[in-house]
Amino acid sequence: MMPAVAEERRAPRIVGVEFPFGHTFGMAGDKVMQRRVLELALRVLAGAATFGTRVDFDLEWPVPLREAYRAWQPAEPSPIVRKLIEARRDSKA
Amino acid sequence: MFRNLVIVDSYRFLPRSFRPNYEGRGPFRGEEEPVWAPFEKRLEEAKIALLTSAGVFMRDSQQPFDVEREQSHPEWGDPSWRALPAGAGSGDIGVAHLHINTADIQADPEIALPSRLLARLASEGVIGAAAESHFAVMGYQERHLNDWREKTAPEIVAALRDEQADGLILAPA
Repeated sequence: MMPAVAEERRAPRIVGVEFPFGHTFGMAGDKVMQRRVLELALRVLAGAATFGTRVDFDLEWPVPLREAYRAWQPAEPSPIVRKLIEARRDSKA
Repeated sequence: MFRNLVIVDSYRFLPRSFRPNYEGRGPFRGEEEPVWAPFEKRLEEAKIALLTSAGVFMRDSQQPFDVEREQSHPEWGDPSWRALPAGAGSGDIGVAHLHINTADIQADPEIALPSRLLARLASEGVIGAAAESHFAVMGYQERHLNDWREKTAPEIVAALRDEQADGLILAPA
């Protein structure tokens, strides 16, 4: 999901996808997309010859960015996000 | 062997204010060295397992990941893990994760853990076999990952060895 972070954390083999969080293998119900991602991951697993091999998946998420950005987020902020929002609000008060 | 023709934007879907928490942080202290184990089998002879960090669990037989404690301890995440029988479908699973909208995973678990697709690839001869069980963790964890280092990861590795898995696809949610 964030291949640059995986590189920094020393993942040995990486497949990068530019998909919303929670959608690692693609869109719900899209079996073709899911298969393309999984097959690429398997080929990189078996075929990468060196540490740090990264292959990015060439597909733009087929939903407008603003809509997709909103859709992946939970209805309620996570506890840590809520805590950060409250801390920011308190620091401004 | 692989040429990266497209470079994806790792932060496209991340809230802008979160980006400094991830970008340019480098490896964890003591984990600077490359991690590498050669993959020694042909894919068509290999047994493959999957691991998702989407907080998936078996609804009728397993406890959900502990999101109640996370509500009261926002910097803590449940470090436990679940073994999921291959072939579990949307009617079998629950999803416990407070940091993502889990509706799509609940509707189609294959977007997080494509175990049925992996079984199909095994039946087509693309891989040798799919593991009998796959694995789930809950991706939000405390910063130092101590429980993961000392307990979660060694236990999952032991389970993978028991299954005689040759490779693991890690799928962050």
